[in-house]
Amino acid sequence: AYRTDEGQPWVLPVVKKVEQLIANDNSLNHEYLPILGLPEFRANASRIALGDDSPAIKENRMGSVQSLGGTGALRIGAEFLRRWYNGNNNTATPVYVSAPSWENHNSVFMDAGFKDIRTYHYWDAAKRGLDLQGLLNDMENAPESSIFILHACAHNPTGTDPSPEQWKQIAAVMKRRSLFPFFDSAYQGFASGSLDKDAWAVRYFVSEGFELFCAQSFSKNFGLYNERVGNLTVVGKDADNVQRVLSQMEKIVRTTWSNPPSQGARIVATTLSSPQLFEEWKGNVKTMADRVLLMRSELRSRLEALGTPGTWNHITEQIGMFSFTGLNPKQVEYMVKEKHIYLMASGRINMCGLTTKNLDYVAKSIHEAVTKIQ
Amino acid sequence: SSWWSHVEMGPPDPILGVTEAFKRDTNSKKMNLGVGAYRDDNGKPYVLNCVRKAEAMIASKKMDKEYLPIGGLADFTRASAELALGENSEVIKSGRYVTVQGISGTGSLRIGANFLQRFFKASRDVYLPKPSWGNHTPIFRDAGLQLQAYRYYDPKTCSLDFSGAMDDISKIPEKSIILLHACAHNPTGVDPRQEQWKDSRDTLSSLYWRKRNLLVYFDMAYQGFASGDINRDAWAVRHFIEQGINIVLSQSFAKNMGLYGERAGAFTVICKDAEEAKRVESQLKILIRPMYSNPPVNGARIASMILNTPDLRKEWLVEVKGMADRIISMRNQLVSNLKKEGSSHNWQHITDQIGMFCFTGLKPEQVERLIKEFSVYMTKDGRISVAGVSSGNVGYLAHAIHQVTK
Repeated sequence: AYRTDEGQPWVLPVVKKVEQLIANDNSLNHEYLPILGLPEFRANASRIALGDDSPAIKENRMGSVQSLGGTGALRIGAEFLRRWYNGNNNTATPVYVSAPSWENHNSVFMDAGFKDIRTYHYWDAAKRGLDLQGLLNDMENAPESSIFILHACAHNPTGTDPSPEQWKQIAAVMKRRSLFPFFDSAYQGFASGSLDKDAWAVRYFVSEGFELFCAQSFSKNFGLYNERVGNLTVVGKDADNVQRVLSQMEKIVRTTWSNPPSQGARIVATTLSSPQLFEEWKGNVKTMADRVLLMRSELRSRLEALGTPGTWNHITEQIGMFSFTGLNPKQVEYMVKEKHIYLMASGRINMCGLTTKNLDYVAKSIHEAVTKIQ
Repeated sequence: SSWWSHVEMGPPDPILGVTEAFKRDTNSKKMNLGVGAYRDDNGKPYVLNCVRKAEAMIASKKMDKEYLPIGGLADFTRASAELALGENSEVIKSGRYVTVQGISGTGSLRIGANFLQRFFKASRDVYLPKPSWGNHTPIFRDAGLQLQAYRYYDPKTCSLDFSGAMDDISKIPEKSIILLHACAHNPTGVDPRQEQWKDSRDTLSSLYWRKRNLLVYFDMAYQGFASGDINRDAWAVRHFIEQGINIVLSQSFAKNMGLYGERAGAFTVICKDAEEAKRVESQLKILIRPMYSNPPVNGARIASMILNTPDLRKEWLVEVKGMADRIISMRNQLVSNLKKEGSSHNWQHITDQIGMFCFTGLKPEQVERLIKEFSVYMTKDGRISVAGVSSGNVGYLAHAIHQVTK
């Protein structure tokens, strides 16, 4: 979760304002939402992902399912795919998850009933970047109709995203091999500070005519973690197909949670549908993204000034909440035990944990770990 | 071509269909008796005062929005368990239970169903009363279990088919899962009497089930809302536990706190001891994480504030009794109005039944006439939501029912 420079959680100012508006609105009650969710939320949430001028919206061939966070959106999508994709109930359809990825991806698809979950090459530890060739090879060799879980931006846990050129290559292979793109978009706006930039990959795939799913989370970019605000955007060939897909997703939702929680969806819908509040929100998002970007550049410059062995440009080239530092498990152990700096054995650090007050200490500690431990 | 060309259009939701048709109707006297949510005497949704107060208190605390634990808000789950089991329950004192927050009743039922599918290896069969809430069947089926039924409702008397239930339950194989509605059976409103639960000679008795080694799954969606008394409505649940049956339980706060869209619920497993409870809890979390990671805070915070703040809790008990009393009053008025209309039928089941719903005994043809000629909307099975009845329209309803049944 995001932390301020004081190391505190941050409730976005626009969220506080909107919650007050909601609290003062006596016309509101706690009645059930429709099964697929609050209509104003669904339409606005998908619009944020696809862009106002999206062909999918113009051609009325997209649909949305309000979900319990990004996880819930992934699960509804996975349950639908298991029942209706690549034949009926084809649990043998391979599902590809990046190596590494968020651990819950595996569990979501497994619990949805898929029997063949594989990894695709992604992180190149040696060069500390994207293993594009490995990724493309895996796609070339994947059985047709395989499902690929793609991180829309700010890859978790590596922070390493394909460039637009690289995305184009990925899309070309996926189209040729008839692979299904399932995007996980948990950091739109939070990664670069720009909603449009962070949605570039999803929108490119839509413009290339793909049918796809995009699981969106508003946990980070709205700071609404515990309200469980998510949305599954469905893009299809035409309105009729999308309508039938949504009708079946509705059945899945009904036996999972019946209808989604209203508070978080109301906050997001109110914010996105008011031009003024929307601008305010974008400002709040940029505040968070900018702080993380600042911590990245400050950490990198300190390491370079200290002459810490190795190259550190990956700290600023990576994006989002997480960074794969390149520290090995022994070096990580040193950081934890000797310096009381907590990071994952993979060398992943949460950039949100950095503050102006601890930057020097963290940089010096990394320097020590790298020079003392091999 | 599309990946989805072969995807069938899902069937329209029958209850939704009732509301859609109601909305289109221009008759000023129209009544929507399909609605599964409480309405006040003006036919409006009712936000409880204690809920408003709890919301104001929560807002003033300026809490953050950090993720809840996977198992939910601890103050909420503890209070939910105490509400269901009673504060002095030996189960609570010994800690031999686990309660996780669920997405209202549905989500709690589903967690339980998934848990049983994964860990209750003795059987795949879940026995539901006939009829049961429409969503029970697809929930258990999607979780990977099989559905069976035991006789429950007698359409001839509009009450409990006592001998039928006894007969069917006696034949349920050992170690099957049996689902019971704790109170205010949905959709019939027909509950067994306390003597029927207790009598050790008959198959509804908890002692009988302990001997038969059946896993008892209670669905309690109306505690307090049924009789107006939270302890009375939880009687069956507590009785079974006292008789030594380690039940599993799903709770909803949608109706009794009016928190419908906030999705506040809980799933509880009574265990052998606290150590077993810890193991069960760890597995429940493993099930929840790939479903939605962790539950929504708002409804749970409101419910927790109410249950754990003495003044608010007192106020809630009064308000929930108020809702139950209005429903009971509407039942009484409907029957007396039917008598006034000159109906010669026996309508006693309307006041014998309890909770939000009433199985009127009306046949599909009669229901259709009610809809077409009187703009009174209900589901084809003759089920009405008494919550949709008010002092302003109960006379009209009685008149309409009399016209189609005389």
